[in-house]
Amino acid sequence: MLRMVHHDDHHGGHDDHAHHDAGPMKLYGFWIYILSDLMLFASIFATFAVLRNSYAGGVTGKEIFELPYVATETAALLLSSITYGFAIIGMYKGSKSQVINWLLVTFVFGAIFIGMEVNEFHHLIVEGHGPDKSAFLSAFFTLVGTHGLHVTSGLIWMATMIALVAQKGLTPANKTRLLCLSLFWHFLDIVWICVFTVVYLLGVM
Amino acid sequence: MGHGNNDHSSSGHSSYKGYAIGFILSVILTAIPFGIVMHPMFSAGTTIAIFLIFAIVQVIVHLHYFLHMDLSPESRDTVVSFVFTAIIIVLVIGGSMWIMENLNHNTMIMGN
Repeated sequence: MLRMVHHDDHHGGHDDHAHHDAGPMKLYGFWIYILSDLMLFASIFATFAVLRNSYAGGVTGKEIFELPYVATETAALLLSSITYGFAIIGMYKGSKSQVINWLLVTFVFGAIFIGMEVNEFHHLIVEGHGPDKSAFLSAFFTLVGTHGLHVTSGLIWMATMIALVAQKGLTPANKTRLLCLSLFWHFLDIVWICVFTVVYLLGVM
Repeated sequence: MGHGNNDHSSSGHSSYKGYAIGFILSVILTAIPFGIVMHPMFSAGTTIAIFLIFAIVQVIVHLHYFLHMDLSPESRDTVVSFVFTAIIIVLVIGGSMWIMENLNHNTMIMGN
């Protein structure tokens, strides 16, 4: 990913020399942020792992998780990863419309994921399995909710990028932003792999 | 300039083919664990091991095909910082579980 922007700057030729290294440096800085965010998730995963069996007489994962539903959420997020990739390909082609269209498709898949997650949370709380019922449910809502908030932030950022690219086109600054969002978006899919494995798959066993 | 970029990158970098391979591998690596949990066929221990291995492999698939990490000198900084983070993550999660399981065991809180 870093290499991609590096090459791009060399071929770009629009920005003056002083800006040549700004893109890759920003992207590397953003990568360091991603890694620190990963540490946040690690501590929440550790909490969940420790509290996973603390049901306090309440429901277990086996009773509340619906795997086909989770599989659909997973599919939506995975599809959004590949469609974001198509937006990046469009960016390298210099095709503004391809970037905007694929970002829109990505946004829709991301919104489907968040919609399904909010619906799941709503059902659980309505049925009396809210985060206040047991340590297991607290840890579950914290972990899955933190991931959901990240995805929501990513959606807001994506909507902003759609507007920015539509207005100003594929400027070097916008390309760097698109690559940062690409890191963020794929990183969220990677965290989701761990979430569905640890929380849902291991939770229903 | 976009095409020039693609030509310079090695195979799979920011190409439809690369994303498609990553996507298909991810679908397979997701479908198999979901299939196993819906139609149990192994012992609990084996199943847990299979799930964790599939998750780790899928994370690597994403890192390579979507985040374009590889073993080339250009992405060395990215890979080194990631491996460092991964070690810390293993310590945090593994250490927490180890300590807390021990505490539970030694204070006789049985499975709660």
